[in-house]
Amino acid sequence: MKVVYLDNNATTRMADEVREAMLPYLTDLYGNPSSMHTFGGQVHRSIETSREQVASLINAEPDEIIFTSCGTESDNTALMSALLSRPDKRHIITTRVEHPAVLNFCKAMGRRGYRVTYLSVNKLGRLDLDELDEALDDDTAIVSVMHANNESGVIFPIRNIAERARSRGVPFHTDAVQTAGKIPVDVSDLNCDMMSLSGHKMHAAKGVAALYIRRGTRFAPYIIGGHQEKGRRGGTENVASIAGFGTASELARNHVASGDDAVRQLRDRLQQGLLDTCPGALVNGDPLNRIPNTLNISFEYVEGEAILLRLNEYNICASSGSACTSGSLEPSHVLRSMGVPFTAIHGSVRFSLSRYTGEDEIEFVLEKMPPVIRDLRELSPYVKEI
Amino acid sequence: MIYLDHNATTPVLPEVATAMAHCLRHTFGNPSSSHAWGQKAKKAVDEAREQVGELIHARPDEIFFTSGGTEANNMAILGTAARFSRGHIISSSIEHPSVLNPLKHLGDQGRRITCLPVNQYGIVEPRLLERHLGSDTILITVMHANNETGSLQPIAELGTIARSRGVLFHCDAAQSVGKVPVNVQRLNVDLLTIVPHKFYGPKGTGALYVRRGTELKPILFGASHERGLRPGTENVCALVGFGKAAAIAKRDMKSRVTEMRKLSTLLYKELMREIPGLKLNGHPRKRLPNTLNLSFPGVTGSALLDNLKGTIAASTGSACHAGRHTPSPVLKAMGLSDEEALSAVRLSLGTGTGESQIRLAVKAIAGACRSL
Repeated sequence: MKVVYLDNNATTRMADEVREAMLPYLTDLYGNPSSMHTFGGQVHRSIETSREQVASLINAEPDEIIFTSCGTESDNTALMSALLSRPDKRHIITTRVEHPAVLNFCKAMGRRGYRVTYLSVNKLGRLDLDELDEALDDDTAIVSVMHANNESGVIFPIRNIAERARSRGVPFHTDAVQTAGKIPVDVSDLNCDMMSLSGHKMHAAKGVAALYIRRGTRFAPYIIGGHQEKGRRGGTENVASIAGFGTASELARNHVASGDDAVRQLRDRLQQGLLDTCPGALVNGDPLNRIPNTLNISFEYVEGEAILLRLNEYNICASSGSACTSGSLEPSHVLRSMGVPFTAIHGSVRFSLSRYTGEDEIEFVLEKMPPVIRDLRELSPYVKEI
Repeated sequence: MIYLDHNATTPVLPEVATAMAHCLRHTFGNPSSSHAWGQKAKKAVDEAREQVGELIHARPDEIFFTSGGTEANNMAILGTAARFSRGHIISSSIEHPSVLNPLKHLGDQGRRITCLPVNQYGIVEPRLLERHLGSDTILITVMHANNETGSLQPIAELGTIARSRGVLFHCDAAQSVGKVPVNVQRLNVDLLTIVPHKFYGPKGTGALYVRRGTELKPILFGASHERGLRPGTENVCALVGFGKAAAIAKRDMKSRVTEMRKLSTLLYKELMREIPGLKLNGHPRKRLPNTLNLSFPGVTGSALLDNLKGTIAASTGSACHAGRHTPSPVLKAMGLSDEEALSAVRLSLGTGTGESQIRLAVKAIAGACRSL
């Protein structure tokens, strides 16, 4: 049976062009980029090409990009670098709805004596920027706010946030793992000092990611060893995956530049269809400021996990909450922060599309969902008249 | 072109590349996802963990995947140091930068670090460890095989000493796993670094063996991957390649060791015959079977390799800074003069190296030596 993959915020299917770009580095071009001989030189050049491609996706300079092993490492590196570069400053500002890579880093720093302000969101998942202004003080070392939330898809006003931080002389980091390749991401427009990107969220391989560091930003490396990445990240480069990441960046840039709106149209079709056919369905997150591929929707009085199990029988892949917290029965920290009512929070499902999602896949989901919800409601001890 | 730089990195074996290419096409799920695609990816990661565990005689739950050897070494050293607000660390003077630089970082923070010297063969003497162990020592980290000379350290003996004193023992086995048998039970280690791109697996992945019951603090913070010790979505297809390379290494270990020893002996003997005054750096026997570090009289290693450009790919141990060569710290630690150290070249063989290539290499190297 065909698989309907609507979990692209967890990870994406690799693009054919990306796989083709990787294969030579798994066979003939096996040199170590640090080697002085020809085997190394060729491989070294491919890394620099990828660096240009990744830079170009976000309108950065190639020397502002370092390659890392994952989004988590990029986030940790950015934040730790800010703390190490200004050891006198002991305050971090972030939000309640960040990815665990930022949240758990901040919690760990909290245990080491740092003060952390977690900005809250309203029921649409929006931030209150006055709260940011109040939190900013002379002790603040870094502000880190994600570009778009992985669960709700809500886009934060990064340029505005960055300006408020920078006008107080505080560096600003954004985790753009969920936006790069989906909407325009331009570091000079967004005015950020550091930005995290991840390959596997944009049809490249897992195990490769990048950190943008604006020229002139004070930087301290995290993984230390050899002189790779100009001394900014030790370790033999993941050559094949980096080559694929470069190709994926170029594909993503072309996709965004084309203005192709098909993903948004399909997502909107899915949203409207579910609202029309499933009573007691509520969309979570700001309908106006949302990445075009994401639909987070709750079905009152039903368990999200039960919906997913039923969908799995039809080979439909979606998720409740994020992949990184799946398996936990706690409701999503993002939806809790948004104050989603308890009758709905357990019944949330995230559908996340990609530019490879087809109309037939959306129609298939729209056909299967109403009976699934109806059946589960009949079993629910909590169900009321809806 | 003859590739004699297998200690820098190795080609990916065709079987490994095939397994990875298949994974890239068919297994794209996130192992943390509960749906079928996620579970398929998780199964692939679990299988790789078993294969890597088997290669070093560890249990699968003692294998923690990282992004490579550097991160694994950082994790072992910084993750142990994070457990103790103070405490002395012992290492050796011939470690890889991914061990030395975290130690330097800890030294800068005020920790006492001891780097044990090596003897003329590049080997740490166990009695020196005993002499330097203090009541405040929290960690010992010594590499298994040196990357430049191939000299094998007496890890089992060092491990016995560490254990008798209750001190954690980490071993960077980046250069030995897959080339010689590595058994974590016999070596008496608590932590051990494994790097697949040194044994015909992919770059961008590695592992740290953590003996059951050994406490370690994570150095990266995020979601709960790798049982809370190493967050970040798993590099699934690279891990599939890692597992495959480990399984093949286990299967072929005996023949690999025999073949490498035979070929490196042939290379050494033939070069000795052609080049008077040639000197082997490192232990004549207690050495990786694939590695020859040789000082060529009267020439510098870098000039020799320049002359062989396009014919032989090998390396000197020296780092080149702005066109000026500095002698290898490893060879200097063994007591070589600057001149001897600068004349050194490392030839490291691999499973793709054949006897005819060895004979061609001898001819080319001897010719280059004469012309210089």
